[in-house]
Amino acid sequence: MSKLTSETIMEKSLFIIALFSCLVILLIISFIFIEAFPAIQEYGIAQFLFGNIWAPNEGQFGVFAMIIGSLYVTFIALLMSVPLSLSCAIFMAEVASSKVRKFLKPVIQTLSGIPSVVFGFFGLILLVPFIRSQFGGTGFGILTAAIILSIMILPTIISVSYDSLRAVPQDYKEASLGLGATNWQTIRRVVFPSALPGIITSIILGMGRAVGETLAVLMVIGNVAKIPASILSPARTLTSNIALEMNYAIGIHYNALFATAVVLFIVIISLLIIANHIQRKYSMDIGGGTL
Amino acid sequence: MNFNFISAKISQKIMNSIFLLSGIITLTILVIILAYILIKGLPVINLEFIFGQVENQGASGGIFPIIISSLYVTLLSVLISTPLGVGAAIYMAEYANDGKLTRIIRFGAEILASIPSIVYGLFGLSFFVIFLNLGWSIFSASLVLAIMGIPTIFQVSEVSIRSVPSIYAEGSYGLGATKWQTIYKVVLPAALSGIVTGIILGMTRAISEAAAVMYAVGSSITMPISILDPGRPLPLHLYILATEGISLPNAFGTAAVLVIIVLIITFLTNYFTERYQNKMMGK
Repeated sequence: MSKLTSETIMEKSLFIIALFSCLVILLIISFIFIEAFPAIQEYGIAQFLFGNIWAPNEGQFGVFAMIIGSLYVTFIALLMSVPLSLSCAIFMAEVASSKVRKFLKPVIQTLSGIPSVVFGFFGLILLVPFIRSQFGGTGFGILTAAIILSIMILPTIISVSYDSLRAVPQDYKEASLGLGATNWQTIRRVVFPSALPGIITSIILGMGRAVGETLAVLMVIGNVAKIPASILSPARTLTSNIALEMNYAIGIHYNALFATAVVLFIVIISLLIIANHIQRKYSMDIGGGTL
Repeated sequence: MNFNFISAKISQKIMNSIFLLSGIITLTILVIILAYILIKGLPVINLEFIFGQVENQGASGGIFPIIISSLYVTLLSVLISTPLGVGAAIYMAEYANDGKLTRIIRFGAEILASIPSIVYGLFGLSFFVIFLNLGWSIFSASLVLAIMGIPTIFQVSEVSIRSVPSIYAEGSYGLGATKWQTIYKVVLPAALSGIVTGIILGMTRAISEAAAVMYAVGSSITMPISILDPGRPLPLHLYILATEGISLPNAFGTAAVLVIIVLIITFLTNYFTERYQNKMMGK
């Protein structure tokens, strides 16, 4: 009997521990939203989201320029990162010998372990002067931030799409090769399409990382709260807006920064839900009962 | 037909070189970043730099209190997140059935893993520092980092617990052991190196983080003694040195120390993963 009770106690406490993550999320959501509420109530949600002027001293809290800044830099980063990382994932999964693969895996792992501040520092010291000398201007801007971000999201996209390429059943490849297709034809017509849901997921996850990245971007983007005119213009992202001003923000300004975090939070959760949906919907279709 | 055959062969060759090239580019990027930081940073590092006090806001002196702050928050956060992450992994791998609740828990861990670090920073400020009144301290920062580390430890541990062969558990049940006895005495030891890998990965994330702790840790350059003292971990120190233009050489030195620590941790992870895989394959 006592053996049975202690078993039940163990199971119940493990269950509570497992639920802990969900409880923490509720806690995070409630604290961020409670602190954000006064700003949204006072300033108005439409004016906050679509207002063009961010001037805390004058009581103006429009984050539209930051939303554009975040989307712009993320889009350019993906444009550079996706072709390189997919090609690298295909190389590792389909072309490289197992020796080369064994060598490249820790390379990707090390790249993903480098702290974001180190990336930002590297960008600040090396990339900003380079962009300045090549294209003029200050060197701080969308392009510089996007290059740094594209490197930072490489490991995410490579490792997730690598896993989904490797998960394509061997039979598919053999059937294609048996019909006389070359390795590249097989990759293009068979392996890549079967792995597509996983590859799209990897891109969305990389996108989430790019949108959420803070200090590395802040250090190289110039942080001007205006809609960027060109790819070389300085800009400000949602994340850098928070990190720049939190140290001295008081009153409604403080609440407006929490409201910026709410926007960020909603963007990230939406991306995650989309990624999950794609994976659940399409993983059913990948042939003979992989799920 | 013949023409098609040749072009297929040629396109195969072209594509293979593109794939190879992209592998080389990725490797080159890593080498450039590491080499640049280490070449500029290693000459700065000496015993005085490692064990010296911070002087003139970091413009001179060493980074000993900074290193201690980093180790302090990292170890304390892992101490908090390990029981939570591993406990959740045990439940999900051994007890949970594939219901709606299980899916919610899993999705919860994914959300925790993808919340941007600056949002964690704001949460740490409003909840731990202000609401719970823990102040700007090593403890507040560790709690924030612990929450961020849970999903990593949870996900890696769950995979390794699940991959323990079911014969092990059946053998234990056959000897009359209860479920918890079996988990504790048989399954967990077999999954240990995988769990350790998860914990080390959680440490990498904690030691690299600046944005999540910048409003919780207090940014003080004195040596933290108690967990309620403020501190300043390595990434935050690097950020302040670089953006406030305090000292470029010391920024490089700090970056190099940080990179070396991360490289050591990555090496350890690989060591444990390999050991674990060898064990699973019965070598």
